[in-house]
Amino acid sequence: MSIVTELEVQADTGPEQSIEGRSQWQLTWRRLLHDKVAVTSMIVIVLVAVLAIIAPAFASLTGHGVAQTFPNQGETSAGLPVSPGTHGFLLGTDSVGRDLLVRILYGARISLFVGVLTTLIATVAGVAIGLIAGYFGGWVDGVLARFIDAVLAFPYVVLALALAARFGPSLTLIIIVISFFSWAAVARIVRGQTLSLKEKEYVEAARSLGASPWRIMFFDILPNLLAPVLVLGTLLVPSAIVSRPRCRSSAWASRSRPRAGATSWPRRPTSTSRPGGTSSSRPSPC
Amino acid sequence: MSDDDALVRVDNLVKHFPIRSGGLLGRTVGQVQAVDGVSLTIGRGQTLGLVGETGCGKSTLARCIAGLIPVTAGSVTFEGHDITNLSRRAMQPYRREIQMIFQDPYGSLNPRRRVGSIIGEPFAVHNMLSGTARKTKVQELMERVGLNPEHFNRFPAEFSGGQRQRIGVARALALQPKLIICDEPVSALDVSIQAQVLNLLADLQDDFGLSYLFIAHDLEVVRHVSHAVTVMYLGRIAESGPKDPVYDAPRHPYTNALLSAVPSADPEAAASRQRIILTGDVPSPINPPSGCRFHPRCPKAQDLCSQQEPLLEVKAGDPPGHETACHFPVAQGETFARAGRASRTGTA
Repeated sequence: MSIVTELEVQADTGPEQSIEGRSQWQLTWRRLLHDKVAVTSMIVIVLVAVLAIIAPAFASLTGHGVAQTFPNQGETSAGLPVSPGTHGFLLGTDSVGRDLLVRILYGARISLFVGVLTTLIATVAGVAIGLIAGYFGGWVDGVLARFIDAVLAFPYVVLALALAARFGPSLTLIIIVISFFSWAAVARIVRGQTLSLKEKEYVEAARSLGASPWRIMFFDILPNLLAPVLVLGTLLVPSAIVSRPRCRSSAWASRSRPRAGATSWPRRPTSTSRPGGTSSSRPSPC
Repeated sequence: MSDDDALVRVDNLVKHFPIRSGGLLGRTVGQVQAVDGVSLTIGRGQTLGLVGETGCGKSTLARCIAGLIPVTAGSVTFEGHDITNLSRRAMQPYRREIQMIFQDPYGSLNPRRRVGSIIGEPFAVHNMLSGTARKTKVQELMERVGLNPEHFNRFPAEFSGGQRQRIGVARALALQPKLIICDEPVSALDVSIQAQVLNLLADLQDDFGLSYLFIAHDLEVVRHVSHAVTVMYLGRIAESGPKDPVYDAPRHPYTNALLSAVPSADPEAAASRQRIILTGDVPSPINPPSGCRFHPRCPKAQDLCSQQEPLLEVKAGDPPGHETACHFPVAQGETFARAGRASRTGTA
């Protein structure tokens, strides 16, 4: 009897409750929280990001500037770097007596910035170009697909070297170069997915309603593309971070020659200095 | 049917798909003759059933009428306006009048959009209603097609096949069109659900004076919903006319064969009736047979059939409007030489 009444009560309140459809984000979030590996990874990523963001605060806390050398506390009497934990240098110092931990945090800032920014640029450009090529097809696709192939086939280190030699190394240049060589991979995948998605009946339904090609691309095809694009995007961030030093070192190789030994560098001559060691110890913007 | 009654007039419509060689130049090496000279008329408030085997060009014809694919030749006229191969912009006012319901209730709804947004899409595309007005209208539509209006926030995956097809119907209904093209709207549904959706479509026709172009391969379904029937075979019309004469006294051998394959619930009728079993497959529309396209499979075929193409015309003794494209139309009670009575075991 009690069961019956309970059912009736449920039936009575049932239709009145507004049934909230769970959004894709809510569902994803719930699944993520159930995955131990994912949660651990998320904590590590958030930690790295937070440390990078608070780097200036951390630096002022320790009193050690990022480019500041500490000839007295940061180096032994023989001019060697001090070991971790000495004189408040948690990770010790480098060969010119600068706080390594502070420098690592600042390095993380730039790495993450370049990684995330280039990924954003590459993803937006790649999705746009891939969508247009895949949806319109025909000669538009022909031109764009060949362009994508050309970019993918191009050895980017060569271009990076050439540009660095011409314009000098800079953060902007690195971001431009890495973005330019990352979007093509995104575009190729998006194009392929679009080719199959545009044959779906719901795209035809949208066309029969009179939706414009742009509307269909944005509202009907793009949401269904997000999964592969997100996966690719997460892979692009680390690859951009890894390619940055490559760009930088190649840029340096081109630049260090005319500047070698320039006195403006904050280089304190020490007994350990080697003639070729100059280029690696300059506080660089990136 | 007089000119005034016609909502849509399709005149000698041809749709050929070019087959291109895989080479760099992409030369055209052949044509798929999907639709090859089809004329038909859909009356106001009427349902025209379009029947035929898979691959006979039914869906292609529907897409041509809806303006989704360009037409190779011929014309489509809607309320006296030629809407053949209009640009997207010029077609826009007619899009509001002609809507489609698709076969696959799973494929025709975007899985990433909420039902409210799917049904509201026609308003968004045509810049009509906004905010709460649109939501109210969407919920009205959902209620009209028998869905719970509270569910507008759900995703299509949370509905059953029949409910999804109702969502498709609500979307087609949103702009209050005059013609709804139903491309096999119930083929993917269970029989019990089929009846629900068909009854819904019939109710809507009564309420809104809709016209339907109803495409199906299920003859009984077409008989149930249609006022007139057109039978297609390999891109051409085999027979067309008002429902009753076509079903009761079919003249084309192909129509006879189709009707004889419909299972009957009456065992005596099933035992006594003659079954015509067609041999072979539908020929390729790339290289259709000469003369009458049906002649290689026709039990009545003679030499003339392979040489001369039969015209679609009213045969002697038939009521006006009942047209048949056959040199040797089937007479009432005629039996076929090549088709014996099929035993029950051999009915496959």
